[in-house]
Amino acid sequence: MQTFDLEAQGLRALNQALHNLKGQTNQTAWEVVNPKGSHAIAVGVDAPIDITVRGSTGYYCAGMNKQATIRVKGSAGPGVAENMMSGTVIIDGDASQYAGATGRGGLLVIKGNASSRCGISMKGIDIVVHGNIGHMSCFMAQSGNILVLGDAGDALGDSLYEAHLFVRGSVKSLGTDCIEKEMRPEHLAIIADLLKRGEAEHLAKPSDFKRYGSARKLYTFNIDNASSY
Amino acid sequence: MCGIVGLFLKDPKLQPQLGAMLTDMLITMTDRGPDSAGIAIYSQGKVGHGKLTVQSATPEIDFKNLDADLKDALGTPVLMLVKSTHAVLEVPADQLDAARSALAKIRPGMKIMSSGEGIEIYKEVGLPKDVAARFEIAKMHGTHGIGHTRMATESAVTTMGAHPFSTGPDQCLVHNGSLSNHNGVRRELKRLGMTFETENDTEVGAAFVSHKLQQGETLGQALEATLTDLDGFFTFVVGTKDGFGVVRDPIACKPAVMAETDQYVAFGSEYRALVNLPGIESARVWEPEPATVYFWER
Repeated sequence: MQTFDLEAQGLRALNQALHNLKGQTNQTAWEVVNPKGSHAIAVGVDAPIDITVRGSTGYYCAGMNKQATIRVKGSAGPGVAENMMSGTVIIDGDASQYAGATGRGGLLVIKGNASSRCGISMKGIDIVVHGNIGHMSCFMAQSGNILVLGDAGDALGDSLYEAHLFVRGSVKSLGTDCIEKEMRPEHLAIIADLLKRGEAEHLAKPSDFKRYGSARKLYTFNIDNASSY
Repeated sequence: MCGIVGLFLKDPKLQPQLGAMLTDMLITMTDRGPDSAGIAIYSQGKVGHGKLTVQSATPEIDFKNLDADLKDALGTPVLMLVKSTHAVLEVPADQLDAARSALAKIRPGMKIMSSGEGIEIYKEVGLPKDVAARFEIAKMHGTHGIGHTRMATESAVTTMGAHPFSTGPDQCLVHNGSLSNHNGVRRELKRLGMTFETENDTEVGAAFVSHKLQQGETLGQALEATLTDLDGFFTFVVGTKDGFGVVRDPIACKPAVMAETDQYVAFGSEYRALVNLPGIESARVWEPEPATVYFWER
């Protein structure tokens, strides 16, 4: 276990040390202490390592992550796991706005609540939120899955493309062109898998959820508008 | 971008440390606003006394014999404490308005930062650490306070453009964001008798809340009205003699984190601002909801 004191050694040294691990994996377990809400912790990691952050983080923790498993033993500030490519990010507490934004792959688990714009413009990432998500979540979400064990705020899935949205609790309002859809066996299988990987098997069962998706009626889906772009 | 910090003490034992705690929080928010900084500190003064905080670009001239000149104008004793470009003038509470009028005559170049029984406001251009040091904020005690670090967008980087803005007795407001309908709201408030010192959008927000309070509305009602009448981005923190309030616009893109323990309620634009507070590890920490009014009063 490599222990890194962020307060004593600084952010650039941490991220450089983590970036240096690309291509070699002897140092597979890392612990970051004294994060104190700092920004950009463990951004751009590209190695199959485990990183545990002991405390709460500021903006953009675990952004652009590839391969690594990053656990935050606290809450995360805005933009956690933004544009993640692969790997796993697990937040024990809450996440601030735009968690998992534009994520292209991997798994983001938030054990508390996520605030506004969770999964905005997601492009393949899987997101599991044990609590609630805030307003404008999954705005223009393109692909990937989000599983919410609690409630969703206003305008869920506005201008949605092909992402799968599963919510157990209430949805305050659906965004433009987002509708409730039929739950088929393949969706129940996706949910079962997300519950398992999202450390939530003991909290819910697949049949508890409703599915939301794109009605495909927005002008962007109309071929007559193709010449406008 | 701007930074906001706020601290409302429940435990009187922390009152001697209020200035030091707020200073530490304010400096942490330097990255969010290095242009200028300001702080409003509330303390319980002597019963029946009021305070005017004044600012001068030429303190060596304006503050010379200021207490004696004001005493002559009012016919009551005046205590003065000079801190750099600011001075706090203590007068009987019922003489605050008279003192304000007198100052406009005897020192027309001076600016009034705040007026009230509990409030003192200090603000200047410069890095938060330099502004806090200049006014010895860390030595101040009090019951609650609000600080702001400014990255200017809507008006020039000047002393009067810094936050907090005070537009009513013992009232102040700080803002992260930008208002888009401030010119229209300012015209309407001017028609209703409110006065303005700057072209700044936040001053309009402050005057809007002050006007509602003048009309007899509660702090909660006044903050609710910002959600319908003000357009733009805002996280506001508002101070009054007895407490403070928080409201975020419905889009809520300007960040906010709050923490509460048995000893205090704290506000920060980011969690970083709160990390050195006592007992933060076990505090209830949450993000205030959009379009939701929060306030704490004694």
